[in-house]
Amino acid sequence: MENTVVSAEHINAYYGDNHAIKDVNIKINRNEVIAMMGPSGCGKTTFLRCINRMHELIPNARAEGVMKLDGEDVYKMNVIYVRYKIGMVFQRPNPFPNLSIYENVIAGYLLNGIKISKSDKDFIVEKSLTSAALWNEVKDSLHKKGTFLSGGQQQRLCIARAIAMEPEVILFDEPTSALDPISTSSVEALFHELKAKYTLIIVTHNMQQAARVSDKTAFFYVGELVEFDDTKTMFTSPKDTRTQNYITGRFS
Amino acid sequence: MTPIEIEITALKKEVINMWILVQSQLNKSKEAMVRFDKDLAREVLIKEKRVNAFELKIDRDCEDVLALHCPVAVDLRFLLAALKINTNLERIGDIAASIAAYVVDSSVNFDVAALESTSLLRMYDEAVNIVTDTRTAFEKEDTVLARSMFKRDEVLDDINENAPVAIAALIKEEPNIIHEALFMLSIFRKLERVGDHSKNIAEEIIFYVEAKVLKHLESSKKKLEGEE
Repeated sequence: MENTVVSAEHINAYYGDNHAIKDVNIKINRNEVIAMMGPSGCGKTTFLRCINRMHELIPNARAEGVMKLDGEDVYKMNVIYVRYKIGMVFQRPNPFPNLSIYENVIAGYLLNGIKISKSDKDFIVEKSLTSAALWNEVKDSLHKKGTFLSGGQQQRLCIARAIAMEPEVILFDEPTSALDPISTSSVEALFHELKAKYTLIIVTHNMQQAARVSDKTAFFYVGELVEFDDTKTMFTSPKDTRTQNYITGRFS
Repeated sequence: MTPIEIEITALKKEVINMWILVQSQLNKSKEAMVRFDKDLAREVLIKEKRVNAFELKIDRDCEDVLALHCPVAVDLRFLLAALKINTNLERIGDIAASIAAYVVDSSVNFDVAALESTSLLRMYDEAVNIVTDTRTAFEKEDTVLARSMFKRDEVLDDINENAPVAIAALIKEEPNIIHEALFMLSIFRKLERVGDHSKNIAEEIIFYVEAKVLKHLESSKKKLEGEE
């Protein structure tokens, strides 16, 4: 129990009348990499967005059930605090185009009006960029705009931006789908490093990526969590026929 | 069918074709031994090259599917099983060839009555049947039939265990057939290995179909494991 960082209890999510997530229960342990896979529209991204309460930002969307972070209901917590603790990285790298690399990393502090000293800022920027395996590549151009970086570098900058807030959990929504294989490989290598400090939950369409980077894999289908098990088990001997059909490409 | 299903169907067909060839090799070696037919034995030795070619081709095809299709779950298990079944079949092929080689080299023919009295023919027939039935289990993904091989392998083990006594009695009765009798003893050993290879194959079929690993389990547990 102590090791559980995120737990979902009977989570149901809706877009108007559309029941997108159906009674999902899951427990995610600290310092694990979790992959979420399933066909388009199966609810994996919706579920991800329920974890840090981004689902409720969509008009007519609502979520029911209990989502806990360290045993505390995130729907009863301050939403800003929830997003400090649960960072998110999106499909397309989205550094703030008008901010420098340096400012992008500490954007969470700047945009929330949190005042920190110059030395603290320098420390956070270096530490976050180092953790995101980007420091050596950008340390001499910290004050250039983030958008000058390559796609892979921009995505790692977004990861640094999430890390800067010292989250416990980082959510990734198809983080490498817009990247070339070399950038994908550098981001995947980073997952391995980040896992020592954070819990990573990754939505991916790339099954081989799920197999390569995750400790556990969840398979969603039409809003249901069909199977959640060790990645090795999921990819060698899944229990549910739907999982097997999906991962072997036999889904009709 | 998806591209990987097409590849796997073709590969399965190839393994079955190899199996049919190995069965035929075993049968022909037996016939050559019983009838002391050197031509038939030579045919087995020539066809051994085809068994080896099958092994290389199946290995290469498995490697290609692994590299190009990144199989998972049942597909991955099939390929891993196919690789091991391939090796076991090739060894059964080697056994058939080694029996044929003796027939080619030998100057005296076997005494059929001795082959029968020592239960060697019975063992040979059972070994061939086991190879045939494991093929059926593979073709039909029939794990009940595959499991029955564990029991049937014990029959071969029992005959093999009693072989030294039967061979000793034979030599005592007719000391001048000592070379022939010692070769018969080595055939007992070889047929016992056919049973072992078939048992390994049965384990691979169960692994492929049910994702259960029965290797190195005690025989009694193996028969029970996973049975409904």
